[in-house]
Amino acid sequence: MSETLGTDTAIGGRSQGTPRVGGAAEPAPPTRPRAAGRRRGRARMRLEIAVLSGPPIIVFLAFVIFPVALAAYYGFYQWHGYGAATDWVGLNNYKLILTDPAFQQVLWHNLLIVVLSLVIQGPLAILLALLLNQKIRGRTIIRVLIFVPYVISEVIVGTGWSLMLQANGALNDLLAHVGLGSLQSDWLASPRLALWTLMAIISWKYIGFAVILMLAGLQAIPDEIYEAAAIDGASYWQIQRLITLPLLGPTVRIWAFLSIIGSLQLFDLVYIIWGEYVSGTAGTSTMAIYMVGQGRDAGNYGYGSAIAVVMFLISLIVALFYQRFVLRRDLRGAVTEGAI
Amino acid sequence: MSATTAGSWRSAVEPGSPGSGSRKRGAPQKWGSPFTYFVAMLFIAVCIAPVLYIVLGGFRTNSQITTSPAGLPHPWVVTNYTGVLKSVTFWGEFANSVIVGLASTVGIVVLGLMVSFVIARYDFKLKGAMYSLFAAGLMFPLVIAITPLYIVVKDLGLIDSLAGVIIPQIAFGLPTTVIILVPFLRAIPKEIEEAAALDGASRIGFFVRMVLPLSLPGVVTVGILAFIGSWNNFVLPLYIINSQANFTLPLGVQQFSSQYSTDTAKVLAFTSLAMLPALVFFTVFQQRIVGGLTGAVKG
Repeated sequence: MSETLGTDTAIGGRSQGTPRVGGAAEPAPPTRPRAAGRRRGRARMRLEIAVLSGPPIIVFLAFVIFPVALAAYYGFYQWHGYGAATDWVGLNNYKLILTDPAFQQVLWHNLLIVVLSLVIQGPLAILLALLLNQKIRGRTIIRVLIFVPYVISEVIVGTGWSLMLQANGALNDLLAHVGLGSLQSDWLASPRLALWTLMAIISWKYIGFAVILMLAGLQAIPDEIYEAAAIDGASYWQIQRLITLPLLGPTVRIWAFLSIIGSLQLFDLVYIIWGEYVSGTAGTSTMAIYMVGQGRDAGNYGYGSAIAVVMFLISLIVALFYQRFVLRRDLRGAVTEGAI
Repeated sequence: MSATTAGSWRSAVEPGSPGSGSRKRGAPQKWGSPFTYFVAMLFIAVCIAPVLYIVLGGFRTNSQITTSPAGLPHPWVVTNYTGVLKSVTFWGEFANSVIVGLASTVGIVVLGLMVSFVIARYDFKLKGAMYSLFAAGLMFPLVIAITPLYIVVKDLGLIDSLAGVIIPQIAFGLPTTVIILVPFLRAIPKEIEEAAALDGASRIGFFVRMVLPLSLPGVVTVGILAFIGSWNNFVLPLYIINSQANFTLPLGVQQFSSQYSTDTAKVLAFTSLAMLPALVFFTVFQQRIVGGLTGAVKG
């Protein structure tokens, strides 16, 4: 079993003991007295496993896996949320989704948000992390302050920004005061601008998280490498380009993954700032917004469930693809195989 | 793999280790220091200005906000804040958020520790499958499952109750918890477990006396993330809770801002008071959060 082997090598690596290959098949001498006791305690161990893992698994299955399965089930019905779902429509909901111009529109918004989040936040976060990783005073306080937008809830961020960005709000007032009155716009309602406004707010809200993650990745790089490079006479930029960036790779890839999944499922910010109806006209609605609109508000629970399944499939495909081709060196199949 | 595990073990024993390593880093500093500070200050200003707008706006009157939307309080008024602080609604929603947050955090930490311990320290056939099950849970965010989840909660008769928010939050908090805690628990050397067994401690005794204290940094990180996540959760209460008596703060903020949409100053005061607890909580525990993220990246 790969798990057993993994544990053994991990422990062996720590204690630098003798290599114990295949420890599961043939117990190493020091553990033999324990092994006899372990056989006797087999039933007891089973009981412990059941008692310890039973409640979490039941809660998880009942409130995560079962609802997701239920969504897949309702996706095959035309169902309005009352009584049992009896109106089986097969794949009809999915056929509808594929040709639904409204869905194509929200899907397009989500894809734009995915790409723009990566393109805007990624390079900026790496640059800022490189900068903040230097020896400067007050690093702790800086880290706290740049993380603040991430800690505040989407509801509060949304409420605050929507007040600031109103046509007669603080941003336009500020622009007038600094002599840039010509830039004043209707940031939220204009279909030409709204998506960019949303991107600005998303970047503001989540870049702190990216920077903190990158900083953590930077600090995991051993100092010796930098010392060696400095001795070899490498310049600051050479060191960053040839050493830091490649070694920061795993962190960047994990951040990008989290960012992609988050972008695909964006809901709160758009719902609070624009709401279901305005987000449709302003061009900021997302798949999740559309799903909630169809299910909860229009009462098309079957169709809403099918949208949820499509969202999930898109996320899953992205995750599997990403893991297969991008993360394979970093994660070793945490989602697909559970090899840990 | 061994390197990662050793890494998280080290951070488990020395919680302060992230960050301390770079102090002696000898990277040549060709960047002028003032430039670094300038960019850092600019970045902080961008991050903080909108928050300050919310907080300071609460100290202004509506006429101040109308005549000069981006101005500073002049004069400072505290009536908005005192008004909110005196309102029963605010404190009711505050209490609900605290109850939901604490109950969810305790549930996530306890259940998460139990299953993580099993995955990390027991050898049995279904271990890999169990880990995959929870890891796959990362792919099911609440939003996707919200409609059927609503139906499940309704069938259990928990609609419009705090328990209807708490229990699903616990379930959805488990995947992250398992991902963060399993490496922590696995990294505790087998020698310690064997020594405990020689001293006559049972597996459970080992769990309570050795594992809990040693994995405390991971547990604290998980707990903080769980609390902040619960404090900020919006979609689930939006679906589950109907009556204002059971509102949590995010619902309260949303409702308050539509109810008093003309009273901007009051909305801003309510909003800043609603975000204050999460901010204080975060500031107190920030080292743990940042340290925990470091562990999550490495593990």
